Amino acid sequence: MASNWVRILAVSAAGVAGLTAAGLALAAPWNLQAPVTKIASDIHSLHEYVMILVTLIFAGVFGAMFYSVYAHRKDKGYKAAQFHESTTVEIIWTVIPLLILIIIAWPATKVVIAQKDTSQADLTIKATGYQWKWGYDYVKGEGEGIRFVSTLTTPRDQIEGRAPKGENYLLEVDNEMVVPVNKKVRILTTAADVIHSWWIPAFGAKQDAIPGFIRDIHFKAEKPGIYRGQCTELCGKDHGFMPIVVRVVSADEYTKWVGMQKTKVAADAPKNIVAAAETPRQ
Amino acid sequence: MSAVVDSHGHGHEHHDHHGGYSGIMRWITTTNHKDIGTLYLWFSFIMFMTGGAMAMVIRLELFSPGLQWVDPDFFNQMTTMHGLIMVFGAIMPAFVGFANWLIPMQIGAPDMAFARMNNWSFWILPFAASLLVISFFMPGGAPGVGWTLYAPLTVQMGIGMDLTIFAVHLLGMSSIMGSINIITTILNLRAPGMTLMRMPLFCWTWLITAYLLVAAMPVLAGAVTMTLTDRHFGTTFFNAAGGGDPVLYQHIFWFFGHPEVYIIALPAFGVISQVIPAFSRKPLFGYASMVYATSAIAILSFIVWAHHMYTVGMPVTGQLFFMYATTLIAVPTGVKVFNWVATMWKGALSFETPMLFAIGFLFLFTLGGFTGLVLSLAAVDIQLHDTYYVVAHFHYVMAIGAVFAGFAGVYFWLPKWTGRMYDEALGKWHFWLSTIFINITFFVQHFSGLAGMPRRIPDYPLMFETWNKISSIGAFGFGLSQLLFLYIVLKAIRSGEKAKDKQWEGADSLEWTHLPTPVPYHSFETQPVLK
Amino acid sequence: MAHDATAPQHHHYYVPQPMPWPILGSVSLWLMALGAVFIFNSMSGGWISVAAGFMVMLYMMFRWFGDVIRESESGKYARWEDVSFRWGMSFFIFSEVMFFAAFFGALFYIRVLSVPDLASLQHNELVWPGFGAQWPSAGPGFEEKFSPMGAWGLPAINTMLLLSSGVTVTIAHWALKENKRGLLNLFLFFTVALGVTFLFVQAYEYGHAYSELNLKLTTGAYGSTFFMLTGFHGFHVTVGAIMLSVILARCLAGHFKPDHHFAFEGVAWYWHFVDVVWLGLFIFVYWL
Ligand code: HEA
Ligand code: HEA
Ligand code: CUA
Ligand SMILES: [Cu+2]
Repeated sequence: MASNWVRILAVSAAGVAGLTAAGLALAAPWNLQAPVTKIASDIHSLHEYVMILVTLIFAGVFGAMFYSVYAHRKDKGYKAAQFHESTTVEIIWTVIPLLILIIIAWPATKVVIAQKDTSQADLTIKATGYQWKWGYDYVKGEGEGIRFVSTLTTPRDQIEGRAPKGENYLLEVDNEMVVPVNKKVRILTTAADVIHSWWIPAFGAKQDAIPGFIRDIHFKAEKPGIYRGQCTELCGKDHGFMPIVVRVVSADEYTKWVGMQKTKVAADAPKNIVAAAETPRQ
Repeated sequence: MSAVVDSHGHGHEHHDHHGGYSGIMRWITTTNHKDIGTLYLWFSFIMFMTGGAMAMVIRLELFSPGLQWVDPDFFNQMTTMHGLIMVFGAIMPAFVGFANWLIPMQIGAPDMAFARMNNWSFWILPFAASLLVISFFMPGGAPGVGWTLYAPLTVQMGIGMDLTIFAVHLLGMSSIMGSINIITTILNLRAPGMTLMRMPLFCWTWLITAYLLVAAMPVLAGAVTMTLTDRHFGTTFFNAAGGGDPVLYQHIFWFFGHPEVYIIALPAFGVISQVIPAFSRKPLFGYASMVYATSAIAILSFIVWAHHMYTVGMPVTGQLFFMYATTLIAVPTGVKVFNWVATMWKGALSFETPMLFAIGFLFLFTLGGFTGLVLSLAAVDIQLHDTYYVVAHFHYVMAIGAVFAGFAGVYFWLPKWTGRMYDEALGKWHFWLSTIFINITFFVQHFSGLAGMPRRIPDYPLMFETWNKISSIGAFGFGLSQLLFLYIVLKAIRSGEKAKDKQWEGADSLEWTHLPTPVPYHSFETQPVLK
Repeated sequence: MAHDATAPQHHHYYVPQPMPWPILGSVSLWLMALGAVFIFNSMSGGWISVAAGFMVMLYMMFRWFGDVIRESESGKYARWEDVSFRWGMSFFIFSEVMFFAAFFGALFYIRVLSVPDLASLQHNELVWPGFGAQWPSAGPGFEEKFSPMGAWGLPAINTMLLLSSGVTVTIAHWALKENKRGLLNLFLFFTVALGVTFLFVQAYEYGHAYSELNLKLTTGAYGSTFFMLTGFHGFHVTVGAIMLSVILARCLAGHFKPDHHFAFEGVAWYWHFVDVVWLGLFIFVYWL
């Protein structure tokens, strides 16, 4: 029969597609980036925990459905039963999901509370979103007073395909934000024009930068290295071209970096860092 | 809830079927719910093509890293218009089309309660759509701000933004009038004996959807009106310097926007609740609890909106409140899923195309529901917000969920509407091709999202290339498969086999049990009486 | 539902014939929208488009409502249709309530959340030095001086005017039901007159705000919420007053019967709705 034929073909095509995807999965990143903060690893485990739960539920529900599809078919001569309600089962499948939600909400609540606790930071940095770059302003802690602008350095040629793309294509900037390892850093976000969003996936830290308002988030990176993210709120033409790069260094290196910046700042203070306050109503 | 009918209702002859107008004027002036339903459905399909073509541009640009086909501004315009057109132009009108065709027939009503206003509800739509199209040709082009039209980016946009704002006003008016019509028809025009709790579930889901629309659309109108005055008249609703707040826009928008996603989902649930019992040859399991669950979803949908805003910097109590409220929606939605599965359980199942799409819906919508649950956890959403994970989530529930429900509905009722059957083998092809390709398109987006790819970007870092290639290939495949759908429908209309009065053995609502196929122009001039 | 009992079983529900008025409505909305966009962006031709749209709208309304009135007077609408009109009007008013809710929501949000937030220590330190949280406020970036609109002058008078108009319209309704046509016409006239007076007072109040208080639409959050809320309300009073005038004209022409006058009632509901919104405005915009 034509339709059987269709089915066999389709199922095998799906199988092939699935296997191809599975094969490729080994080559391409497919999960949350490796966490380097406590919060990010908490998010990682929370996500895993929830995925396991929902996969089990999914398997249960659709196990039942596909069993029915397999066993209760008219073309096998199966006669339909006529039951069509039961208050007991309705109550059961209202209450059980409710309980599952509670066991999901519990760990989730803990992570939310930890995420929101920005108190007692060692270092406070203001990140200001501009169309289309980031301004950093070390407002409290070691390095206070340092300010600079951080702009994409990927050349136009690479973007427009006239030159081969580099390893950190679209994720490289002239001035990286530098912070010490194992210190609680509080980021204050704001913006000068429209909403932007500051995000480093490896830190599990994302916060919208809202013009005229100050919002905050924190992270405590546990491993030195260079961490990259992108602006995640549509902010106009070059939204895709304003990455965030953070270099996490040891305490010593950080002190050295601060010293270097201080001399540089004295030399040429960037002019275009203006708080949103100085660009009032259009 | 199967209805027992004792009087046949095809009325006595009417003066003139089309009221003296012919040709194109017949369609422009019509007050007949079926004509208007047809108009809605074709309009929706044209918009689906248009929005789909824009999606193709998006997928084409994202096929490889680097900018190759369009510039970033145009890309943003594509994303914005794709979202707006799909939501307001394709999906919502499709289900209003179903409502127009089916509600009067399913409750035994003579027509919609306000037949002239019904005409207006439809005929506003093409004009609204034209404003969106015109915006592309204005200096600066269409707005590139995302379908959510967030302030203050909207303030920077050109003329296209104003056109879009007015288009949204018109679309809102159309929806509100349509909803008032549906509510009134259901509450006042049911046949004697057709109590509310005997109505087919499709009518119930639409009744509740209409309430949502009447409550939510005016709020959107308010939000875009404030945008308009912020742009042109110096108000400062969304400007901190004047004491306003860009986040205020988001609150107002999502107060509309979250109910909106259920406005899209509930009628889809309604269609599925008609199709699954019909092909299971077994009454819908837990009819009453389905009604309660639908209402619960609708009520909850008004208190969860800020789950779209976990990253704006709400206080921790706000995060937690919206997280808990959002997760709760899983309970009534779960009840619906379980009831559908229980309906299939020990039924005598057969797998004609409508049923295939319904099963596809059930499976894939639930998958999208689960990713919604993952997103609802504020802690996790911090990582996933504004990434492709979200894009994957909402395409599973909308572009697969709602669209598949739409296909299921069209295949299910096409015989009734046109009097002719579609080609079953081709229908199955359409199902399998769609299912395979759409999963290729959107499943991999979960991965790129988890790995950190932001949405609304025309270009991306190299590590996301593989997933984007796969996704684009899937998208082209899915897009082409929809041409098959068009062919199937046209072929059915022109040369399909004659359909039977009750084409589907297990169907039990009035339009099948009580009306001939094809349905006469005026179905119930005298109401049937249900015992 | 109680209405089932009232729906006569073999009565024909009136389904109107095809007509070209709705599409004219769409054309007019389209012309007005396009014209407005042109005007806002200082492009030429906008006013012509708006004017044309407005004319089409008027024509459409005359013809469409004309049809409806004729149908009503020739007895095409019985109890069943009447119930539909009631549901329809109720939900229309509900949608209007939600429209105002968006603006009230904005007002509350600004007063309770955004202004205090902008005045918090952290914001004082980093963005808005010296900004204090008091209402009325035009925001931290607003430099001019302005005075808020007091509640107990003109607005209080306006409250009295609208509340009395609510009473007069109720008396008119009662008179209609008792078939006291003279009284009906008189009190309906009072209602319209009170509504129109309200509008004049409001216009005067706006003039006062602009010229003496330096209170404008551009006066930050206070000005925005004040003028948008009262402005949309004033617009609704205008529409209500026009509808009441039409009803008055119909009363004078002898339309409506003691037991059949939904148009009257619908407009009265609308008028009460406008009244209630005003009370909200009076309390939250002017008074508190
Ligand atoms: C049809 C449309 C539709 C539907 C039905 C849903 C359903 C849900 N959505 Fe989704 N959503 C969208 C459309 C939709 N969504 C859109 C368009 C966006 C993005 C908008 C934009 O930014 O552009 C979005 C974004 C979005 C976000 C914001 C993401 C972000 O931007 O960061 C969140 C977060 O909470 C969310 C959550 C949910 C949840 C919890 C559900 C729930 O209703 C799902 C409930 C269903 C289930 C859970 C499965 C079935 C249940 C069971 C089998 C029972 C047992 C289960 C358990 C006990 C877990 N959605
Ligand atoms: C119900 C609504 C709906 C539907 C049906 C779809 C359908 C599709 N969507 Fe979309 N989508 C949204 C609602 C919807 N979407 C929303 C709300 C957004 C967010 C916008 C925003 O960020 O503001 C979005 C965003 C969005 C993005 C992210 C863009 C970005 O962030 O920059 C992408 C990317 O892949 C995408 C892809 C697709 C694809 C491939 C389809 C396909 O399913 C479309 C298939 C249909 C066709 C292709 C048309 C029919 C066929 C033809 C016309 C024949 C010709 C075909 C070929 C030549 C191949 N959509
Ligand atoms: Cu800045 Cu997006
Ligand atoms: Cu939502």
